[in-house]
Amino acid sequence: MSEPTGIRALVAGHGDFAAGLISAVEAVTGLGELLEPIQVKGLCGEDIQQLLSERLQTTGARVIFTDLQAGSCTMAARRLLRDHTQVVLVSGTNLPMLLDFVMSSAPSPHDAARAAVERARSAIAAYGGPA
Amino acid sequence: MTLVLNRIDDRLIHGQVVVGWGQPLDVRFIVLVDDLVAASDWEKELYRMGVPPEMEVRFHSAAEAAPRLDTYRTEPHPGILLTGDIATMRELVLHGGVREVNVGGIHHRAGRRQYLRYVFLTADEQRALREVAALGALVTAQDVPAARAIPLEEMLASGEVGS
Repeated sequence: MSEPTGIRALVAGHGDFAAGLISAVEAVTGLGELLEPIQVKGLCGEDIQQLLSERLQTTGARVIFTDLQAGSCTMAARRLLRDHTQVVLVSGTNLPMLLDFVMSSAPSPHDAARAAVERARSAIAAYGGPA
Repeated sequence: MTLVLNRIDDRLIHGQVVVGWGQPLDVRFIVLVDDLVAASDWEKELYRMGVPPEMEVRFHSAAEAAPRLDTYRTEPHPGILLTGDIATMRELVLHGGVREVNVGGIHHRAGRRQYLRYVFLTADEQRALREVAALGALVTAQDVPAARAIPLEEMLASGEVGS
């Protein structure tokens, strides 16, 4: 098993999406502290963007995971990318993606994020039911 | 079909609009009315990329939009009319024949007071919403379809009680 590399990321989405997913990452790997949940209830788009910017600066995170492609967190993060060219945004986040990210030994958070996207895609499947 | 929802939402296109309302109403187009967005190719592309391929976004300034709304109302598929602020929707009530207004999200900002979990208003914005109602539009607050549509005066009264 790879040692954690100190990679950090912000996780933002609707309702308790971020806190819920991070609690699952913690339960599976004990590495939940590598991810920071962003709480956006009641915030307008501008305030979400400002909050994300402030947390990127404070934590040094270079990756933002969000839920919906059209979600307000994703839209705010995409605005942010104009000024933060070193930051990678990943939408459509799921648990396999975050698990792969926190367990990654990739040399950069960007590489870890891109690899996690591929892992997440391959983890989606439907089983059973009529053919 | 017609414009099935006339919504004020400062987040403009986001999850509640595209998925929460868009899917159950089978929405095929969004008329996004915002002067700043209409003037910026970058902003337009940002919002275009946020919707699924079967949904179209048409961008207009407030002045451009009003005379076009009757045409949008005759489109074969349902659509959503969306503004980011009360003033723009007021223009469309005045000049575009809008008769029902959904307050979907006006979020926290300095100087605003909270009325609902998703509605914060300054004193001027509160007055502006009452003006919209006085112009003949039915104004209700409702963030998602599963929630109850709260009449304007009930919403404003809840803020007064809670203050």
